Amino acid sequence: MIPYAVFLVLFVVLPLFVIISYAFTNGNGEVSFENFIHFFQNRKTIGTLLYSTAIAVLTTVFCLLLGYPVAYILAKGEIFREHSLLFLFVLPMWINFTLRITAMKEILTFFEGNLAYHPFFNTVFCMVYDFLPFMIQPLYNALTKLDDSMMEAAQDLGANRLQVILKVVLPLSIPGIVSGITMVFLPSMTNYVVLDLVYNSTYIMGSLIGSYFSAYDWHNGSVISLVLLLIICMITFISNRLTRFEPEPETKKRRTA
Amino acid sequence: MMKKFLQYAWIGMVLLFLYAPILILGIYSFTESTMIGSIRGFSLKNYITLFTTPELLQMIFGTVALAFVVAILSTILGTAGAIGTFYSKKNTEHAVELANQIPVVNADVVTGFSICILLIAFFNIEKDSFFPLVIGQMTLCTPFVYLQVMPRLQQMDQHLYEAALDLGCNTSQALMKVTLPQIWPAVLSGFMTAITLSLDDYFIATYTKPATFDTISTYVVNATKGSQTEIKTALWALSTIIFVLVVVMTIAANRLPKEEEEL
Repeated sequence: MIPYAVFLVLFVVLPLFVIISYAFTNGNGEVSFENFIHFFQNRKTIGTLLYSTAIAVLTTVFCLLLGYPVAYILAKGEIFREHSLLFLFVLPMWINFTLRITAMKEILTFFEGNLAYHPFFNTVFCMVYDFLPFMIQPLYNALTKLDDSMMEAAQDLGANRLQVILKVVLPLSIPGIVSGITMVFLPSMTNYVVLDLVYNSTYIMGSLIGSYFSAYDWHNGSVISLVLLLIICMITFISNRLTRFEPEPETKKRRTA
Repeated sequence: MMKKFLQYAWIGMVLLFLYAPILILGIYSFTESTMIGSIRGFSLKNYITLFTTPELLQMIFGTVALAFVVAILSTILGTAGAIGTFYSKKNTEHAVELANQIPVVNADVVTGFSICILLIAFFNIEKDSFFPLVIGQMTLCTPFVYLQVMPRLQQMDQHLYEAALDLGCNTSQALMKVTLPQIWPAVLSGFMTAITLSLDDYFIATYTKPATFDTISTYVVNATKGSQTEIKTALWALSTIIFVLVVVMTIAANRLPKEEEEL
């Protein structure tokens, strides 16, 4: 207990304070807000914020549109119910993501020739490819927990199939949807490796941190980290409100055993 | 009929999307081609390069060794932390739980960046050592171990521990002989999670690793920017090997008799 508490204080809490202190000071060690003013007045940083948000939103939407039917068919469809094929859809999680993105890049190069013509499309496409398993898993978990008798009751009471899905299945699977969205949205907002691999540029929030980092500009790097932290806090808060129960241990990205 | 067809089609389409790139690359890894498109002759060249280039071998073994070190340390720390927190006061438990949640929801970039600043700018630790890298990845992995062990502790029979104490065990004996065997499956799955997290990590490694050391992730990212086609196609072989290993392990895991439901 004590070693772990010390570890958490030293390497989880303390780094946050260091970031905050760097974000609110300038190069001379004086307290100032100029880093924040710089962030919100600079075209490049604001542009990057919007660009990565757009990429993250599109990635999340496409993952949801592709993944929800998969999760539904696996959990509730007649064909695959007996032998769950879920493992086929989460298996790619275990393969190193940089290798998977490289594979997709080769395929895209074959079709497009030069990847530089469609950087936005390519980035979203590769991110959907990377994050889809992390969307399917929580959706599947939520849908298998959904009681069949609810759907049958709705049908007996005269709802048609579409109504059953829209009015019973969808609302009851909201915890899964929320958890899937948090698992995809945040990583896709900061995962600059994907963009970096398909197209050398610095338009993702994470890569801004990287560029300030390599320039030893820790003050501006800290500001961006803080902005990201705030976004993360907001999303966590909203998703907790929406689901109203403890997040499951698997509520992050790439990861369940 | 139509409905069934649609279901098969959707599942098939998504599976194709997920697997086609890896499988196509797998086929091409056995040829001399350097690009997808034209197949030129069967060859094991890529596999030979992969297993004879010292740089590649070092990178692979380095990544695996790092993953094991990080996973072992994280598992010990996280398990001890969970047990200690479980037997402590409610307030401490809340505080630890909250701090534990931070690396879980935080973006890896921010975690890596903040730890790097703390250790290098604040404590002046040399970046040539592996200390920042191991600490950084432990910060990522340990909370997940904690999150897997804690529910198991809450589910286990509390009376057994007390009975052991009554029967004359001291606390450490009771922990080792009574508590630990009960939570063992959760400790193991925490260990596996830590391994995969470390193997897949790019962001923390890139901020905290020594300049001369590369993990698979950082190596691949650098290699794809270069123009060495020999290395590029050798990496196709590596991804094929990893894919086959993952498939084999998944099948093995599904074959094993399921011990209790996962948490």
